[in-house]
Amino acid sequence: MKVLVAVKRVIDYNVKVRVKPDNTGVDLANVKMAMNPFCEIAVEEAVRLKEKGVASEIVVVSIGPKASQEQIRTALALGADRGIHIETDEEVQSLEAAKLLKAVVEKEEPKLVILGKQSIDSDNNQTGQMLAALTGMGQGTFASEVVVDGDKVKVTREVDGGLMTVALNLPAVVTTDLRLNEPRYASLPNIMKAKKKPLDSMSPADLGVEIAPRLTTLKVEAPAARQAGIKVADVAELVDKLKNEAKVI
Amino acid sequence: MERESMEFDVLIVGGGPAGLSAACRVMQLAQEAGEELTVCVVEKGSEIGAHILAGTVFEPTALNELFPDWKEKGAPLNTPVTRDDIFLLKNQEKATKVPNAFVPKNMHNHGNYIISLGNLCRWLAEQAEQLGVEVYPGFAAAETIVEDGQVKGIITGDMGVAREGSEKDGYMPGMELRAKYTLFTEGCRGHLGKRLINDFKLDEGKDPQHYGIGIKELWDIDPAKHEPGLVVHTTGWPLNESGSTGGSFLYHLENGQVYVGLITDLSYSNPHLSPFEEFQRLKHHPEIKKYLEGGKRVAYGARAIAKGGYNALPKMSFPGGLLLGCDAGTLNSSKIKGSHTAMKSGLLGAEAVFEALKEGKSGEEITSFQKRFEDSWLYKELYAERNFGPAMHKFGNIVGGAIAFVEQNILRGSLPITFRDTTPDYATLKPASKCKKINYPKPDNKLTFDRLSSVFISNTNHEEDQPVHLKLTDPEIPLKDNLPKYDEPAQRYCPAGVYEVVEKDDGSGKKFQINAQNCVHCKTCDIKDPAQNITWVTPEGGGGPNYPNM
Ligand SMILES: Cc1cc2nc3c(=O)[nH]c(=O)nc-3n(C[C@H](O)[C@H](O)[C@H](O)COP(=O)(O)OP(=O)(O)OC[C@H]3O[C@@H](n4cnc5c(N)ncnc54)[C@H](O)[C@@H]3O)c2cc1C
Ligand code: SF4
Repeated sequence: MKVLVAVKRVIDYNVKVRVKPDNTGVDLANVKMAMNPFCEIAVEEAVRLKEKGVASEIVVVSIGPKASQEQIRTALALGADRGIHIETDEEVQSLEAAKLLKAVVEKEEPKLVILGKQSIDSDNNQTGQMLAALTGMGQGTFASEVVVDGDKVKVTREVDGGLMTVALNLPAVVTTDLRLNEPRYASLPNIMKAKKKPLDSMSPADLGVEIAPRLTTLKVEAPAARQAGIKVADVAELVDKLKNEAKVI
Repeated sequence: MERESMEFDVLIVGGGPAGLSAACRVMQLAQEAGEELTVCVVEKGSEIGAHILAGTVFEPTALNELFPDWKEKGAPLNTPVTRDDIFLLKNQEKATKVPNAFVPKNMHNHGNYIISLGNLCRWLAEQAEQLGVEVYPGFAAAETIVEDGQVKGIITGDMGVAREGSEKDGYMPGMELRAKYTLFTEGCRGHLGKRLINDFKLDEGKDPQHYGIGIKELWDIDPAKHEPGLVVHTTGWPLNESGSTGGSFLYHLENGQVYVGLITDLSYSNPHLSPFEEFQRLKHHPEIKKYLEGGKRVAYGARAIAKGGYNALPKMSFPGGLLLGCDAGTLNSSKIKGSHTAMKSGLLGAEAVFEALKEGKSGEEITSFQKRFEDSWLYKELYAERNFGPAMHKFGNIVGGAIAFVEQNILRGSLPITFRDTTPDYATLKPASKCKKINYPKPDNKLTFDRLSSVFISNTNHEEDQPVHLKLTDPEIPLKDNLPKYDEPAQRYCPAGVYEVVEKDDGSGKKFQINAQNCVHCKTCDIKDPAQNITWVTPEGGGGPNYPNM
């Protein structure tokens, strides 16, 4: 069974995000970039499926600038077999990402598509769902467990207040949550081997998709600095302040 | 223990200016000769440049030799120096501008550039990869492999070890990387370099190495106050209040930003001194404040510099490899510049190694390196400034500066005597009870900040569940000796607030706490601890700061 994994290049989670002085966006100049952590979990899950003999081939795909190839190489070092890079310097919004992935799905015909539930840069949490809708595949989002059984996949989902298990017919779309697995480290020899694994590059136009953002960013602002707290003498004062100053009770 | 192993012709430990220059040069030489070499660089930072911190006014001499066409290739040297100002800060209000004619020749920066050294390294790594070098960030060299008295390579750090030493899920043992020659370019106070100097007695007959701790911030400033290419240096206040030495810098780079920083010589004697707080204070001086006021701090970092110069420079060759750049101590301390000299040492090292490989050697000591070094401009430059540091230490910034001035401008480095400075920096502290306490003002959160909010914007991260990478030889010393005698100076010299003396939870007394995850890898503790009881070792690869544009 072929598994397709989508990975995104995002600002590294260790970096304290800084808004550009002109408020047009986040400063990414020479800032450390990395694979979106949820995508890492997606890659790990695919590799585990391969190790169990369930998956036969893992294809990773990334959409973004030339440098996104670094993240594809990382996925190849972690155990994926082959990469597809859809190169564009434009801003890619969820719907376009889903359309591009749909084109890849049609070409590659994977049995399972695994994505992160969201990317930590824009936190949209949409691409997987949109891909499922566009392709007509079933979807198991926020997965904390994935069990493939014949032509079905059982996905345990992290929902508000508990777990929900769904059974989907393959092909299907799964998006990963934090507890699905703990990704491995890439070893040096595997990083080296990854450099020799096949990586195809193409443009959105090659896939017949036009990048036309539907949302315009008006302004990006850093959250206001937190006000210093105060100490209250007793419960009465606290209640008074909550009532009369904060007006929350 | 059985480890996986890989072999290379040349292995380079540390992807800074020295290591990357060596990597590029050795590949250039191989290509010119039509030969194939395998060259590998390991870097402990999560990416190349993540751990690089310097001023930086950059002298392009060595870069011109390595890539004469660096402009066309897009090297990030964007801001030529336009003006040099030097101020002697008398106290927190007053300053005297040093007239141009009195500025030591070495301090003039015509022809130099204000750059981010981290970004230059990122660019050098791209060039290296294009030349066929394997560059591996995220892998720390934890141990050397020494067999039959010869260095054969290194072992990378284990990944996935829990705090108390057990193997976690995803544990990955380190690998052996073996090479015909290994070049150590870990920068100032490299932890393997330190051992090599010891084991191969490379510093025999040399003065002890001397250090400074440089603390630096990147600011967005009011465009009206920004003058791209302006270089400002100061000396005197605030360090002179405690009889300490050092100097500050403020460089206007591109994009309306400035670098501001203070280098405190680690030969200071008052254990109450906090280099971090001294730097914060400095920003209130009118000559500095006038640029920063109304601006916004963007990034923070700290790193030690090795400034002992020629007198402290160890032998740089040993069986199996070379010690290069600031790992040896090639910084020119009168100019406070070490990146061009580190690069040059890398070029010389690459040339020596390539010649040895061509002669079919593998691991035999490259004794010809010394001659190659002595014939180079690097040697002449370091020899000419040999008296600068010791004169400053002996006579203070002002008289020492005058001696250095006469020597460098009038005698051009030919003063027939050599000053020596033989007290190592860890031995200079006086007892706390004999020194004046320093009351540092509270941060105003506009110009000055506390350590924690500073470390926050160095983007420092370490996997929390891993062994503490700051090893105490004797865990008792901090509380038993250092606390009563020196009020445990680690609480103050560490620019990241890693060391704390705190009350125990059960109220049964004090304990010495190490917040290792905050460490910015500056190496000051390894240098300054009066008992030489702290050893910095490599944490899990990829841990540490993530400096952007520093
Ligand atoms: C505050 C400050 C201001 C300065 N200003 C200037 C200036 O204006 N002009 C100038 O020319 N110079 C300046 N310098 C000096 C300059 O930074 C150094 O001379 C130069 O960086 C030395 O280069 P290097 O390659 O030897 O070492 P480094 O630049 O320190 O690079 C060493 C690299 O090796 C890596 N490494 C270390 N140990 C290991 C290990 N065990 N395994 C894997 N990787 C490892 C490190 O992470 C680092 O990336 C300044 C320094 C400081 C601290
Ligand atoms: S623990 Fe040591 S190396 Fe780390 S930041 Fe503090 S002084 Fe520097």
